Amino acid sequence: MKVSVAVNGAARTDEVEPRLLLVHYLRDVVGLTGTNIGCDTSSCGACTVHVDGESVKSCTMLAVQADGAEITTIEGLASGGELHPMQEAFRQHHGLQCGYCTPGMVMAATSLLAENPSPTEAEVREGLEGNLCRCTGYHNIVKAVLAAAGAGR
Amino acid sequence: MTATQAAPGGVLGQRLLRKEDPALLTGEAQFVADLNVPGALHAVIVRSPVAHARILSVDVSPAMSVPGVVAAFTGKDLEGEWAGPLPCAWPVTPDMKSPAHLPLATDKVCYAGDGVAVVLATSEYAARDGGDAVAVEYDPLPAVVDLDDARSDRVVIHDELGTNTSYVWELTPDQAAVDAAFADAAHTVHGHYVQQRLIPSAIEPRGVLVIPQPFNGEYTLYSATQIPHILKVMLALTVGVPETAIRVIAPAVGGGFGSKLNVYAEEALALALARKMRRPIRWIETRSEATQATIQGRGQIQDIELAADAEGRITAVRVKLLADMGAYLQLVTPGVPLLGAFLYSGVYDVPVYSFSCTSVFTNMTPTDAYRGAGRPEATYAIERVIEDLARAVGVDSAEIRRRNFIKAEQFPYSSAAGLVYDSGAYEQALDRALELSGMDGLRAEQARRRESGDRVQLGIGISSYMEMCGLAPSRVLASLNYTAGGWEAATVRLLPTGKVQVVTGTSPHGQGHETSWSMIVADRLGVGPEDVEVLHSDTAIAPYGLDTYGSRSLSVGGVAVAIATDRVIAKAKAIAAHQLEIAEEDLEFRDGAFTAKGTPERSMPLGAVAFEAFTAHNLPDGLEPNLEASSHFDPPNFTFPFGTHVCVVEVDTETGLVSLRSYTAVDDCGVQVNPLIVEGQVHGGITQGVAQALFEEAVYDEDGNPKTTTLMDYLVPAASELPSYVTDSTVTPSPTNLLGVKGIGEAGTIGSAPAVINAICDALAPLGIHDMAMPATPERVWRSISEARGEEAKGS
Ligand code: FES
Ligand code: FES
Repeated sequence: MKVSVAVNGAARTDEVEPRLLLVHYLRDVVGLTGTNIGCDTSSCGACTVHVDGESVKSCTMLAVQADGAEITTIEGLASGGELHPMQEAFRQHHGLQCGYCTPGMVMAATSLLAENPSPTEAEVREGLEGNLCRCTGYHNIVKAVLAAAGAGR
Repeated sequence: MTATQAAPGGVLGQRLLRKEDPALLTGEAQFVADLNVPGALHAVIVRSPVAHARILSVDVSPAMSVPGVVAAFTGKDLEGEWAGPLPCAWPVTPDMKSPAHLPLATDKVCYAGDGVAVVLATSEYAARDGGDAVAVEYDPLPAVVDLDDARSDRVVIHDELGTNTSYVWELTPDQAAVDAAFADAAHTVHGHYVQQRLIPSAIEPRGVLVIPQPFNGEYTLYSATQIPHILKVMLALTVGVPETAIRVIAPAVGGGFGSKLNVYAEEALALALARKMRRPIRWIETRSEATQATIQGRGQIQDIELAADAEGRITAVRVKLLADMGAYLQLVTPGVPLLGAFLYSGVYDVPVYSFSCTSVFTNMTPTDAYRGAGRPEATYAIERVIEDLARAVGVDSAEIRRRNFIKAEQFPYSSAAGLVYDSGAYEQALDRALELSGMDGLRAEQARRRESGDRVQLGIGISSYMEMCGLAPSRVLASLNYTAGGWEAATVRLLPTGKVQVVTGTSPHGQGHETSWSMIVADRLGVGPEDVEVLHSDTAIAPYGLDTYGSRSLSVGGVAVAIATDRVIAKAKAIAAHQLEIAEEDLEFRDGAFTAKGTPERSMPLGAVAFEAFTAHNLPDGLEPNLEASSHFDPPNFTFPFGTHVCVVEVDTETGLVSLRSYTAVDDCGVQVNPLIVEGQVHGGITQGVAQALFEEAVYDEDGNPKTTTLMDYLVPAASELPSYVTDSTVTPSPTNLLGVKGIGEAGTIGSAPAVINAICDALAPLGIHDMAMPATPERVWRSISEARGEEAKGS
């Protein structure tokens, strides 16, 4: 089947197996391996990307279901050699250790702030509950997201 | 405090942002699964769905008709590939029993997840289809999942061993003295605790990629491993490839926590299949697979007894352990209980001590090191049972600890178990933790809630811990029968432009070694941390190394880096003295330059010395060119970090739901290279201990079927289930290394689980509840409350 999408602003069309998951399409066909895979039950959020501006776990969607969509992956976030403010906040607050959950966490966090620009700590914690991190205990992730929200105000 | 970019010199102790982050934040970093090599065959392992069975037949031929499948092999097909079984490096006793463990089972499967066949295909999807097509017939056998049942030998899992008991290990310096102490005790208390099995759950599952060069016979193996160096040696022995023909690289690795401290079947298989097929082989673990095929942690049943005098001063500790090895012994499986064996007296001054451990095989996934490995278990036992002692004596939790602490002036302290603790100030950490947690206000609120019969009760739990880390003095390892050393290697070299290259034998997977090692070197050389490059995790670049586990990297590997740096400075000094025509004694090295004492204008910056060393146009006679030095540092002792954690919980007595209201941790890991990184380790560590206390358990049914095979069943906590933490530290340098550092990677996990359970028991003490099994799920807590209330009702 054919799928036509714009990934990080670049339009493309590919022939794919109907059962191909979006995350595998992005990683194996498009070659953007920044989006990670951490589970097979849509539980961990490591694969979070934006589809038409909404945060989506890309392992829960088939590539063909994204036909016509605009997709943003972690590779599309930084621009002009500068980290995106959320990436910068994660760096400033040590919101990552091994970095494996990080691309998904950053994508989830940016869409959380898009929906709620001034969240409370509890709202950040609720908002990120679909993204697991085994390294940080979330303390510094939450701090980073709150700081990014503060900076954006 | 906020993070800053450091100025050159005086870098140690700054909250320097990590060098590692930009690549990880942008998706630029490459994990094993990101390294797709054209022409690679994807491997899928066919695993046993049953816990214990004879294999009647394995038919891989149906897989061969799946489009894309290139080859498929049974365990028997590959039997000839192995030069040896998968390794266990820690035969803790001379008569320890260890079954032969091949990468694929041939006659019997011994746990659900045991591999029986492998399918190779041109894509991951095709390989999975092929795996599904393989037909295996099993003749099921009764399964052993209970440790007492295992010990009874009702069913012997490994026929050739004749028993399920792998070993009995004892540490009883003076049994008569222990017995006498118990006979004379004013108080004795006994705790019986179950350390449930845990699934380590690094968010990156395992993966391996082997690229062969078939004609020159060499292999490059990429693995999501903590131990590229140990892996190389062990794979050479297992697969029969010369060590010189294997290069192991650990690329970006997404967390380990001990689960990637191993030599796994899939790594051996990928290497053997790359040899056999003469093509690159790639295997990426799925999460469901990880819940069975990756080692699990804990799995111990503990009995601890304390004898004490009338004031509650502990006079003896006696411990008996029953440990679950799982189906086979993996790399250090049998050693895990030993890492805790010396620590059941905790932070207390205990005159006599006895410990024994019986370890048994079961039909479950093998256990092995998981964050803390043996030490969280030991800390849990002593920090739980001391609460019983406090109650028996009639003093509070803080007071019983104060009465028994090893005092600051007693260090270095020789423990009854035979260790020498380097340094400590236990009471100071307790005081600080109590102060930060606002103990007085909490007790008042607790009293109010008790008084008013509030549905939500408040509980406060204390845990004072110490641990031994920095694995390890090689001679101590020898005395424990470990088959390798515990040193670490480092090389430091100055490049012609004055930049610095550091090669380390440690292998980070989230700990930030590139940042911390740069800081150590920058601090000593007076250069900027950004001028230091740290190379690691590639056996071709760092030929010597013993890798990363056991909170060893800084206190062994970082110290090696410091020693090598000082050696470079010593050589540079000789060159500078020659160039400046001055005696070496008259030179001092400060702020990155060699300067004549008293005549500051006679000076030579380190960069200029490096260039002179490189051109070698004018070196002292007999001195070789270039500035490079190595160190292979074997630590004289472990390091002993410590601290006190205070956990405050709210327990809903109607639903059994436990919520963490606050968590305060005061940790002492000696001198801190980068407090930002230290805090991160503490946060993550606490969370894994909290997870054991409240959420996580690898569950098996009575037939050995795993019930927690996804992240929907195995409850790794999310942000919404946790509070922010309050952390602080005290600094008691270790006198046993030149940086004064101790480890911090495991301390949080070691201290936290008992703090949480102590808090729950404190909340429920008025109901007469003084123990709570882990994980303290709402159902379990609710049941205990209902039972206690039922008892109360009966009694009244
Ligand atoms: S990989 Fe998509 S949620 Fe885990
Ligand atoms: S940083 Fe390692 S899983 Fe989040």
